[in-house]
Amino acid sequence: MKKFLIALTALSVALMCGCSHIEEYEDEIEETEETEIQTVSVKDEEYYTRFKDSGLSINVYNWGEYIPDGSDEGVLNLNEEFTKLTGIKVNYSTYASNEELYAKLKGGGSTYDIIIPSDYMISRMIKEDMLEPLDMSNIPNFSNIMEKFQDSEYDPGSKYSVPYTWGTVGIIYDKTVVDEEEIGWDILWNEDYSGSILMFDNPRDAFAIAENLLGFSLNTEDSEELQKAAEKLKEQKKVVQAYVMDEIFDKMGAGEAIIAPYYAGDAVTLMDEFEDLAFAIPESGTNLFIDAVCIPKGCKNTEAAEMYINFLCERDVAYAVTDFIGYSTPNQAAFDMLDDDVKNDGISYPDDEFIETKTTTFRNLSDEANLEMQTLWTEMKSSEEETPNRFIVPAFMLLCVVASLIILIRRYIRKKKDIF
Amino acid sequence: MKKLISAPYLLWMAVFIIVPLIMVAYFAFTTTDGAFTLDNLAAVSQYTNIFIRSIWLAAIATVICLIIAYPLALILARSDKSYQSAMLMIVMLPMWMNFLLRTYAWMTLLGNNGLINSFFSLFGLGPFKMLNTQGAVVLGMVYNYLPYMILPLYTVMEKIDISVIEAAQDLGCNSRKTLFKVIVPLSMPGIMSGITMVFVPAISTFIISRMLGGGSNLLIGDLIEMQFLGNSYNPNLGAAISLVLMVIILLIMTILNQFDEDDDRVLM
Repeated sequence: MKKFLIALTALSVALMCGCSHIEEYEDEIEETEETEIQTVSVKDEEYYTRFKDSGLSINVYNWGEYIPDGSDEGVLNLNEEFTKLTGIKVNYSTYASNEELYAKLKGGGSTYDIIIPSDYMISRMIKEDMLEPLDMSNIPNFSNIMEKFQDSEYDPGSKYSVPYTWGTVGIIYDKTVVDEEEIGWDILWNEDYSGSILMFDNPRDAFAIAENLLGFSLNTEDSEELQKAAEKLKEQKKVVQAYVMDEIFDKMGAGEAIIAPYYAGDAVTLMDEFEDLAFAIPESGTNLFIDAVCIPKGCKNTEAAEMYINFLCERDVAYAVTDFIGYSTPNQAAFDMLDDDVKNDGISYPDDEFIETKTTTFRNLSDEANLEMQTLWTEMKSSEEETPNRFIVPAFMLLCVVASLIILIRRYIRKKKDIF
Repeated sequence: MKKLISAPYLLWMAVFIIVPLIMVAYFAFTTTDGAFTLDNLAAVSQYTNIFIRSIWLAAIATVICLIIAYPLALILARSDKSYQSAMLMIVMLPMWMNFLLRTYAWMTLLGNNGLINSFFSLFGLGPFKMLNTQGAVVLGMVYNYLPYMILPLYTVMEKIDISVIEAAQDLGCNSRKTLFKVIVPLSMPGIMSGITMVFVPAISTFIISRMLGGGSNLLIGDLIEMQFLGNSYNPNLGAAISLVLMVIILLIMTILNQFDEDDDRVLM
């Protein structure tokens, strides 16, 4: 009977979950019905006809939920538009983190023509000779990219990458509960909100927050500074409810947590849905990230891939992208199309002076620094109890072997006895 | 002829079981350049507390599963045939649902604003911190792996001849003695395979600890995942951790099998 009840509860929970999702979905459809159907007009249609009847296809590997896919009514399916325009088929797949992308490419066995890594990963890939240089004469729309994004630290002179989106990291919070006048990074350590704070479950982002608070560079490779940052993160552990990435969306939306660090683009989407939430970029400075389109080594047809990149730089396309995913666009032509209140809300597009003086872009760290950060992070996350003697596991294994052997020998002796 | 029929299976085993195992061992004993090294295995020892936590939590979950499943399987095996199949279906029902969804449902149940805490708040109690604790991780393991304990137990118990039990009772066993002297020894193979089928996936799970443990109750599975998708890409260390985990599981299973002394059946 007990089990029956458990099963019944489980079933009803599943049904409830299902139902609430359906309701949400219906809401979404209603909302988007009002928006006008977007269309794409390109600058130079002639350019896109080169491979019209060749039956080519390209493999695009992008972040999840990072391109308009026609899932909502009135939203374009950009990949389909591209195929319509050029005759090139798009095989689209997604990844969840830069590290996953890196592991996939490094592991080999699959070829992609288009990838969209973030800044520090691009410089790492350039260093390890994993990217194909771009032929800018095939990407005339590069001129649409804002000047401040045309040259970057991670890829000087944009030889390998074309910026796709950018944004900053800030703090999203429930403004009905948090009454601090100024939101700084230290709010994530504030014991008044103990148990209601979420933290990034990603060493690079988490360390950046601690480093910001301690006044270190976000790209520090200094062992002592990394250790101090890890110490700071350890201090934070007792007030943190959970270490999460994408779950921030659900947990903040459901009121499960009150404060969390978050990416500006996702925060905009979240705030659209929940009115109580607000977003602040700490005055002390933050990380500015850029995701840019690249062609990995092993691409079969770079010209077709460059055509895709050029397509993403079209005014209408870039506008559709920023409109759908909420991240800021580096595309000047698309930016000009935005509503004034989006341009001036201070979230997606902080003023130039702030960007210039207070934000830092991640650089790729040395292998040693990466390894140290990883080790410190693991240590921090499992630091609940004192680290026991390091010989416990080997000793335990030895004990198991010995016990196993004794039983076997005993059994062997007994068997011999049985025979006689 | 026999050989011919088994050829596809042998090929399958060679390509998808043996070769990957050899690769894991190869990666565990080499550096990134392919030179032989023992450093990876030595580096595993710094994660001792994660290993201990994983073994401990998986063991607790296995014991709880056994305690819940044993009486249930016993009752099931002794009840009406029609009732049996209905109950079995209910045991299986949660397994029809996706694993992630099942675990996700517990997140909404256990949260501070979740269903259970909202229920308690009706009486002015709580909220109790249930999500993001080790208890929640164990709960997730028990909930997800319970059917794997019930099914082998049920299968074995169903086959126990009722006349054996009647004989025991005739010869003066009280019900406690019947249980411990007759039914438990006879159901030992079921207990063993049940333990194997719960303990092994529980010790290497990673998504349960992330979703219900709040990311601060790292298990071995999380640790291995971090070596591949974390900040530093280190497949060699990841392989070494996997290898140590495999050896530990192998040892624990050998020891468990020794309890099943009377027949030399291998249950792994």
